[in-house]
Amino acid sequence: MPALPLDEAGKYVAGAYVVFFTLIVLYMAIIGAKIARIDGELSELNELAEKGERQPEPDGEPVA
Amino acid sequence: MIRTARTILRKDLAIELRTKESVPAMTLFTVTVFVLFHFGLDRDALEGDLASGVLWVTLLLAAVIGVSRLFAVEREQGGIDGLLLAPVDRTALWLAKATALFLYLVVLELVAVPAFALFLLGPDLLPALPVLIPILLVANIGLAAIGALVSALAAETRAPGLIVPLLLLPLVVPLLISAASATEPLLRGDQAADDLGRWLGLLSLYDVVFVLIAVAVFDFLLDD
Amino acid sequence: MYSKGLKPLSIATVVLMGASLALVFFYAPNDADQGFVQKIFYVHVPLAIVALGGFVAGGIFAIQNLRTGDRSWDARSYVAIHMSIIFGVVVLITGSIWARAAWGHWWVWDEPVLVSFLVVFLLYCVYYPLRFSIEDPDRQARYSSVFAIAAGAFVPINFAAVRMAEAFTHPRVLSQTGGSMPGDMRMTFFVCIAAVALLFITMWKLELTAKNASMQLKRLRRRLEAEAA
Repeated sequence: MPALPLDEAGKYVAGAYVVFFTLIVLYMAIIGAKIARIDGELSELNELAEKGERQPEPDGEPVA
Repeated sequence: MIRTARTILRKDLAIELRTKESVPAMTLFTVTVFVLFHFGLDRDALEGDLASGVLWVTLLLAAVIGVSRLFAVEREQGGIDGLLLAPVDRTALWLAKATALFLYLVVLELVAVPAFALFLLGPDLLPALPVLIPILLVANIGLAAIGALVSALAAETRAPGLIVPLLLLPLVVPLLISAASATEPLLRGDQAADDLGRWLGLLSLYDVVFVLIAVAVFDFLLDD
Repeated sequence: MYSKGLKPLSIATVVLMGASLALVFFYAPNDADQGFVQKIFYVHVPLAIVALGGFVAGGIFAIQNLRTGDRSWDARSYVAIHMSIIFGVVVLITGSIWARAAWGHWWVWDEPVLVSFLVVFLLYCVYYPLRFSIEDPDRQARYSSVFAIAAGAFVPINFAAVRMAEAFTHPRVLSQTGGSMPGDMRMTFFVCIAAVALLFITMWKLELTAKNASMQLKRLRRRLEAEAA
């Protein structure tokens, strides 16, 4: 098949590179979501820890 | 280790002879598929690459049946725990299962290849046999080695019947390529076995690699 | 612990990706046969090479897992394979686009790299159902490692077999994929491979760090909830 003219070829090349960059951007979004979730959980756990500090355990036995 | 393997092998063969679960199913399946191909391709006689492809793909699919059943007895009746409690090298188990599968494949081919010649093959089978038989044997070694490994891998999953074909079939693609390409000239009218050395070489390489891997890795399976 | 060196790595990745893009579009000459379409080659083939490298690396990490029993190797192995599969999807899509642009079909059987890659990809897709149908974490790690090792060894053999098969059925002169490439194309190609490889490693580290952080969080949560109870 003879080489495609530049304008047509451009579309395919652009398509391929767009797919590639979509992968990267999508991945960044997923990692971003994960970090957000981790951040949220960390705040939750910090609250939980503070609650535990304000009310020291009544029996004082270490958790097995 | 060899002695253990032989004992397990003898037990498996005894069970197979008594229950006749794997080999008849594989054989019946193969012959049925040949008939299907006759109708699906709407041909009376195949030769060359088409014949070679039909033969090998069918054999591979039949092998999947055999592989799925390989650890079935142990799975269903809990025999694995007994084997594992004994201070036995897991590799012996692999050797026994692989040898059993090899023997099942040989028996299968003893029926399937003549059936293929009868139903679908155009040119004469007999002149092709002296070269075809070694190809079959070398391919069987690879199939048996990888089949036993895959069977063990799938044995502990929740759906081994699904996992076995999905795992086994891509893994045997190089084997299929080599075996089918090696067989193709044999099943043509002119019988010129070109490039046989190369394909047999690749087949043997495949066998060696996967036997080594299976032996190296099998100890880590079925470890509880 | 996994995130060590992540910053310089990311910077290097960005720099190299920028450099390779510049080289591809401003430096490398147009291919004589395929014209501008050949530029896809600079993203498709490095992705394929790096993805395959990732599969093999997954196998090597798996060997370490089995040898040491340390499950962090299994994590490295799993993430490498996971990344390679994701890269693999892009390989197949860009390969299809390239096939369509260069030869008019969305899929061609006489590109041995593409065909081998499809087989490898199908095989590794089974990694997920295999891994996640085993509940015991220790057994899961072991079985996944066994698979990763067998599949990792399979990759080179498969490529050899498919290449041999295609050489005999479709004797093509592989002008782009490694045959005779003029110097400036070759340099661009290598820079692209380096860039994609760095991208893979960065993404791999990111994923490992995120996974590890989640796991630590889970452990922390369990401890705190047990203490507060």
